[in-house]
Amino acid sequence: MSYRDYQSLIQPVAERARLDPDRLTLIFIPEDGEPQRVTAAAFYDSSAAFAHALSGIGVGPDDLVILVLNHSRALLSAFWGAMLVGAVPSIFPFLTEKLDPQLYMQRVRALVEHEGVKAVITFPDFKESLSALLSGLACRVLSIDEVSAVDVAFDFHSELGTQNSELSSDRIAFLQHSSGTTGLQKGVALSHRSVLNQIDSYSRAINLNDNDVVVSWLPLYHDMGLIAGFVMPITAGAPLVLMSPFHWVRSPKILFQAIHDYRGTLCWLPNFAYNHCANAIRQRDLESLDLSSWRMAINCSEPVRHHSHRLFAEKFAPYGFQESALAVSYAMAEATFAVTQTPLGAPPRIDWISMAAYQADHVAVLAQPDSPGAMPVVSCGPPIGGAEVAIVDSAGLRLPERRHGEVIIRSDSMLSGYYKRPDLDAEARLDGWHRTGDMGYMADGELYISGRQKDLIITGGKNVYPQDLEAIASAAPGIYAGRAVAFGVEDERLGTESIVMVCELARDASPDQQKAILAELRRRIVQQTEVTLADARLVAKRWVIKTSSGKIARADNRAKYLREFRAQP
Amino acid sequence: MDRNEVRSKLKEFICKTLLNNANYALADDEKLITGGMIDSFSLAQVGVFAEDVFGVYIPDNDLTVANMDTLDQMVSRIMAG
Repeated sequence: MSYRDYQSLIQPVAERARLDPDRLTLIFIPEDGEPQRVTAAAFYDSSAAFAHALSGIGVGPDDLVILVLNHSRALLSAFWGAMLVGAVPSIFPFLTEKLDPQLYMQRVRALVEHEGVKAVITFPDFKESLSALLSGLACRVLSIDEVSAVDVAFDFHSELGTQNSELSSDRIAFLQHSSGTTGLQKGVALSHRSVLNQIDSYSRAINLNDNDVVVSWLPLYHDMGLIAGFVMPITAGAPLVLMSPFHWVRSPKILFQAIHDYRGTLCWLPNFAYNHCANAIRQRDLESLDLSSWRMAINCSEPVRHHSHRLFAEKFAPYGFQESALAVSYAMAEATFAVTQTPLGAPPRIDWISMAAYQADHVAVLAQPDSPGAMPVVSCGPPIGGAEVAIVDSAGLRLPERRHGEVIIRSDSMLSGYYKRPDLDAEARLDGWHRTGDMGYMADGELYISGRQKDLIITGGKNVYPQDLEAIASAAPGIYAGRAVAFGVEDERLGTESIVMVCELARDASPDQQKAILAELRRRIVQQTEVTLADARLVAKRWVIKTSSGKIARADNRAKYLREFRAQP
Repeated sequence: MDRNEVRSKLKEFICKTLLNNANYALADDEKLITGGMIDSFSLAQVGVFAEDVFGVYIPDNDLTVANMDTLDQMVSRIMAG
């Protein structure tokens, strides 16, 4: 049976709970304590308990439910529970020790207000402050301790099941929020139909089968973690071994330990994670591990670096990691997740091109590997079933193979729209296609990504808008407002872009004063955006380059910074 | 192992490798992570550095922001062995 035959995401999960109740669905590895094993029936029952509690506070079909929960079993059940009542769940990133709590609360309130959220689910400790925050709005706050097991879960569901089967598969299943400029999050609305189509096409592309075990540390508020590391395995019945991103950052070996312990086969990682694993796992933690079960390590959500793959394959080959397991997917929330996937059983193609010809003529001309001026571009593979990719010039006209242009996509798993943001919908459309803002080219039917149209910075798999950082700097003491620039600088050691800021001083300052100005700038940036600057410099007036129309010329400023501050002596 | 030696080697590693600025005048009590100087990923690298250079194994569970936010805290943790 194809996933396309279902009408909603809850049908296959309910079916499995009934027909194969003891099937392993989830192993949740907490930071402390023993791993929790959850069967198909137990996952369904705990979701039904949330559905019951939501229904009890008046949440029903099409109501928006925001989950302010950390990475936990409860988060997964709350998400599915909301879908069980036909409501639309969305996961909000949890407060971390870096962020300013007050600002975090303001953002929750702004989102609840803008999107007309009906209920927020959170932890007992958070309930009081969230209730106070949202007073005056028609939004209920539900704490997970108010959710109790429902004895008659299946009866309860059979009723809901009938209701849901009458609902159209085109209704919204959930929202995936991503950051946008001006701080207001944009919610990508995905229908049950789109998500089921994606699961059908993508599971074929990676040959998802009964022997697969998905292992993930990815956060669930981001498309890669949400779809590949949660919704797809749960819907398709592939056991999911899940750990917390904070735990993994501190201790990257837990991913490898889990692959060893549970014979993991599939894992999705952003590029920087390949470097983090290679740089920060100690030899002693690897010695007893067997990684030979790992059949695909799929790189997505930031530009793929050839060097990172090499580093990773070399470091982990002695423990059974096979080079053929290296894989790439070009994915985005707007297409539910995957648009392309490299073929199974072989590492991605590497296209060596002449950097000079690419920059000057926008043509990807083949060059001898490792020759001077040759640049390796890693393939993202061909489009998966149901998806199409094309390259266009700035006028929106199609370009032939090997010509550099903007990537546009269309597929049967596209977003229904940006939730309550028609302005963004219009901006992203082009004659029935979706404009991605990514730049690249096609060669032999495979997609190669080479950069971005806008100044967006992708650091550690996270999208950062430089104008947000510049606005924070402009409001910081000692910095000349409007004369601060942020940009990404390639960091080969980290396998990602690191973020640099250069700011003009408002007035002369002593070295001590300058240090205090920079410390305050960094503090504000991390508290408001969770971004850590790799470098921050204060400069004299008129250092920052602007265009003739008075806009910050980020690429020119980056080049000037590299010349003045990073040139090798 | 001498505390000052640990401090100076660790400081050099932090400034040069993690802060991209070898000349940075890092203070002993400067908040590194909550102050937005380095990110949490760097803590795992400090763990690897401590073992490679000083032979001190810091279990991952100790590599937290609460335990390792300043140079002083890191030095003390390494000295504790």
